[in-house]
Amino acid sequence: MITTLNLSKKYKNNEVLNIESLEIPKGQSFGLVGNNGAGKTTYFSLLLDLIQPTTGHIINNSIQVNEGEDWKPFTSAFIDESFLIGYLTPEEYFYFIGELRGQNKADIDTLVAQFEDFFHGEILGQKKYLRDLSKGNQKKVGIVAALIGNPEVIILDEPFANLDPTTQIRLKGIIKDLAEKQGVTILISSHDLMHVTDVCDRIVVLEKGRIVKDLVTSEATLKELEAHFAG
Amino acid sequence: MVKHFISLEWKSFFRSASFGKSLAIKIFMGFFASYLALIFASSGFLLMLYLERKQPETDPFLFFNGLIFFWFLGDLLIRFFFQKLPVMTVKPFLTLPVNRGQIVNYVLKKSMVSFVNFLPLLTIIPFGILLIVKGYTSASVVISWWVMLILLILINNFLNFIIESLSAERELSFLPIILLTSILYGLNYFDVIDLASLMSKAVTGISKNPYYLITPIAILGVLYGFNFNILIKKLYLDSGLRGKVKEVNAANLEWTKSFGDIAPFLQLDLKMIWRNKRTKSSVWILLMGLFYGLFFYPQPTYQDLPWFFMLIGVFSTGIFLISFGQFIPAWDSGYYKLLMSQNIKYEQYLKSKFTLMAFSVVVLFILGIPYVYFGWKVLIAHFVAAIYNIGVNTHVILYGGSFNRKKINLDQKAAFNYQGTGAVQWLIGIPLLLFPMGLFALLYFITNFEIACAILSLFGVIGIVFHQKLMKSITDKYTKSKYKMIDAFDQEN
Repeated sequence: MITTLNLSKKYKNNEVLNIESLEIPKGQSFGLVGNNGAGKTTYFSLLLDLIQPTTGHIINNSIQVNEGEDWKPFTSAFIDESFLIGYLTPEEYFYFIGELRGQNKADIDTLVAQFEDFFHGEILGQKKYLRDLSKGNQKKVGIVAALIGNPEVIILDEPFANLDPTTQIRLKGIIKDLAEKQGVTILISSHDLMHVTDVCDRIVVLEKGRIVKDLVTSEATLKELEAHFAG
Repeated sequence: MVKHFISLEWKSFFRSASFGKSLAIKIFMGFFASYLALIFASSGFLLMLYLERKQPETDPFLFFNGLIFFWFLGDLLIRFFFQKLPVMTVKPFLTLPVNRGQIVNYVLKKSMVSFVNFLPLLTIIPFGILLIVKGYTSASVVISWWVMLILLILINNFLNFIIESLSAERELSFLPIILLTSILYGLNYFDVIDLASLMSKAVTGISKNPYYLITPIAILGVLYGFNFNILIKKLYLDSGLRGKVKEVNAANLEWTKSFGDIAPFLQLDLKMIWRNKRTKSSVWILLMGLFYGLFFYPQPTYQDLPWFFMLIGVFSTGIFLISFGQFIPAWDSGYYKLLMSQNIKYEQYLKSKFTLMAFSVVVLFILGIPYVYFGWKVLIAHFVAAIYNIGVNTHVILYGGSFNRKKINLDQKAAFNYQGTGAVQWLIGIPLLLFPMGLFALLYFITNFEIACAILSLFGVIGIVFHQKLMKSITDKYTKSKYKMIDAFDQEN
């Protein structure tokens, strides 16, 4: 589904990312872990064509992302709050994203209704603008908005951070369900080793922009990761 | 402690991200400040000169005091719109071992040394010296007069903050201040209470008997105390330091559907304009633009300058186009990454902006039809200007937008807010305003009014005819600057 080849990103002489080759098959839930500055967000930004690669390229479902735009209809993402529009209410935001992704209001209402317990009654019908919601609630809106329009690839940067424990558990359920039952390719990054081993089939460890570990998740994975980061 | 506060203030000024970047704005602000200073400084001399030439029998001292009431009202009004108490910056101190009282005192005292408070000194000091030199009043009277006026400036300073904090909670927050000043002005104007001469007598009296200075000092003390109490209550995260959360009415805007595929963006733009401080408070600029012609047309001098009609026409029908268009796409800078990773066509996004601007030109032209009172030529010039705005200026400003590299924070007020302003905003004025006016004037002098109108309309019509082609090349320009824009909008400035 997603092929990365000879990808690197340099700022002046400082190389922040260098991935020789990485293949993510369809339907995989893919976890990216690493310390601050390891290159996780850089990789996701490259994947969304928000920054230009210094060398190499990423191919998303046979479309090279920095050349065509046809990957956009089946790819969605929530990277940070700059993906939210502060002066809209959550409903308006969902409808707006829905319209961009060719969904009508009824489609959105049905989709959003499935996440009622995820929202915990704090999002819908609150008559508040997104900018006035708490960080955690903003994140919930962003994550759900990334699920609109039946995307085949979903990219979530640090989805577990800022969420309360109940929501974290529900989010894990949602992610597993998407990957296993609906065959969606999910890419998530996280600092939380436990969550990421819980939901991901495969975990890649980045260090200073390079892949240092590529693991298929098993019983031993969490231990191995903990040992690696305890360093 | 105060030393620390001052050093922090200094650093925040010189280390701010925008410092040094926007030299043009600094120069402009510098000019503006010196211009104001010059006006204030010269008005003292000019007033004295005027009185001596034209009304030698009036006492300049009494005459000046008679004006103080009006200055007081005007000053209060201007302060309300431009002077803000910088409370938000104290947030980091709340958890540090600093006395709350100290913080409040610092914020209040800092407000006393603002530029606005120094301006009147430039008038009253030379005027006072002239009074002594020319022998109208004694030096001791002038000195206590100075003290009195400085106290009055400070009273206004603190009075403004009280009015602000009382009215800030409400929608239409500027209504109370306008009511207050117009009632005071009205009472005086219709001779219900002669406030102007009362104030004049008070100032004159106090200047002659400095012991009475105790009254303004007491008033100042009370106002300061009042401010102190308001502020100290606000220094909690859940009251004054928290942004207000208002219940919102979700708007429907279904009617935009008739615009087809640009509807979602059109809705977004309308919501953006209506729901954000920066855009909302610039709506009043529309009124200013609409009434711009009234500054010129009633004067016979301008009636005989038909070539000048074009500038007013372009400006008054294009005020929204200019004020909104100059910050495309920076208005969306807060969520530009979202737009760029979504399944959207740049063309639709830009077309929505175009539609909004073109629509505004039509509406503003219609609202401006009463200008026909000043002659048919005015109306024709405005009509031509409207066509030119739709055909040429909309495209020019959209093209200029592709050079925008500055983020805009929508939550801030518009007045004197130069965030997002760069060289582009200054340069774009040339093709936008000066070019049509220059061309029109040139054609007017070479040929006549009718031909000049025809040629400018032709430009507009050509622009409308080639709209699709122009949009295509503008879209290409935006696509090319995509990464630079994303990167730039990511930076706080």
